[in-house]
Amino acid sequence: MTIHFVREMEELHRGILSMCSAVEELIHDSVDGFRAGREGLAQELSLRDQDIDALDIRISEDCLKILALYHPVANDLRRVAVVMRICAELERVADLAVSIAERSACISACGSFPMPERLGQMSREALSMLHDSIDSFVEQNAELARDVCQRDEIVDSLNRELIDEVVSAIKQNASLVESGLHLFSVIRHVERVADHATNIAEEVVYLVEGALVRHRHPAG
Amino acid sequence: MSKEKQVLSVPPSVQGVDRNLDTSLHPEAIDVRNLSFYYGDLQVLYDISLRVPERSVTALIGPSGCGKSTFLRTLNRMNDLIDGTRCTGECLVEGQNIMSPDVDVVLLRKHVGMVFQKSTPFPKSIFDNVAYGPRVAGERTRSVLNDLVESCLRKAALWDEVSDRLHTPAMALSGGQQQRLCIARTLATAPKIILMDEPASALDPASTDRIENLIGELCANYTIVIVTHNMQQASRVSHQTAFFFKGRLIEVGPTMKIFTSPTQKQTEDYITGRFG
Repeated sequence: MTIHFVREMEELHRGILSMCSAVEELIHDSVDGFRAGREGLAQELSLRDQDIDALDIRISEDCLKILALYHPVANDLRRVAVVMRICAELERVADLAVSIAERSACISACGSFPMPERLGQMSREALSMLHDSIDSFVEQNAELARDVCQRDEIVDSLNRELIDEVVSAIKQNASLVESGLHLFSVIRHVERVADHATNIAEEVVYLVEGALVRHRHPAG
Repeated sequence: MSKEKQVLSVPPSVQGVDRNLDTSLHPEAIDVRNLSFYYGDLQVLYDISLRVPERSVTALIGPSGCGKSTFLRTLNRMNDLIDGTRCTGECLVEGQNIMSPDVDVVLLRKHVGMVFQKSTPFPKSIFDNVAYGPRVAGERTRSVLNDLVESCLRKAALWDEVSDRLHTPAMALSGGQQQRLCIARTLATAPKIILMDEPASALDPASTDRIENLIGELCANYTIVIVTHNMQQASRVSHQTAFFFKGRLIEVGPTMKIFTSPTQKQTEDYITGRFG
């Protein structure tokens, strides 16, 4: 193994860690801003998302360069493949953070909507899943990663309940249709954050154990 | 031309190794049981047990001096040519223990052919090189030899390049062509198993590519065991990979598994270049 390869892998690791922290910060700011009804957040987050997009490109290029030049195998191969996939998942989480902020602005523009109480709980759970999936990657902890995968069902269940609640509110008061649709999107975006966290956790299981556990969720 | 054919950059005749072949269903061509090998008092192989499935490629990898070439040579008793060697354990080739003293070694080497690292054409014509084995075995009929030479040169992917100069010296061929000639010469004795000891290590990338494609085609009809130091080559051409270290078989398994998630740390460290 050449010293160049070791350096490239260390640089790749530093890059993906930077992206993890940038994305986590972005989605936290987005959800906090939504709760607080902060205005002008979407534009700020959109600018930060551009930096994350640039990171995505840089890390993807680094991965391709390592594959082309060093032909890694075994653990090294799994790490490069996993970094490529995690990078794509994180980039989508960043896009969702911007979308949540945009929907938040739309809801404010439409007037108020009675906020479902459990939206806070759902957001906390989704963000906690993302945090733990990143921790599991850093610590190479397959047990924590499997725990994240299992918690996805909690968020899915909250998602269904909250959607029902929004639909019911719209049915009772037609003037809430527009803001209700925006809120519906926010709920879906938060649910997608949990899905991406699950995908990251599944990649960690592959990194640590060499087993692909995608698409192994129980039917139903 | 169909769209599928339009996107094919490789001629359909070049098949390569079928990566999805499940060799666990193949009967074994070679079954090595508890094999140990000694050069005098020095033990170089320790209790090796390895099953080689029929019509597949098994790659032996490991650092220099790990015993992989010694192991390969035990499979057709080439080590008998070295004084002071001895062997314990069993090596069953098609059910027969080839370590048994009553085995006809000449017949064994006819069935278990070998291709060496350095191409070794005889100082004869291309035709005579391929016809050498069958002639030694008593074949004299000209038409039979003609057909056999053509067939073997075709199987070795050399016919198109030499068909118009069969009676010119083999030594005039390029290194890659000489190696394919040696493969054709091996095929002429109708072996069932072909042992290859770093067959492409002295060749340029294009010639290496031809040898690797050839291995992919030959394994449809022959069992191939190949020693290689080139990790990418092992991963490209083989169905099964065995990792040797300090005379012991550390791990054997499907090549995809060995190169993506080996179970032994020593294997992982070796194939990722952390030692060796």
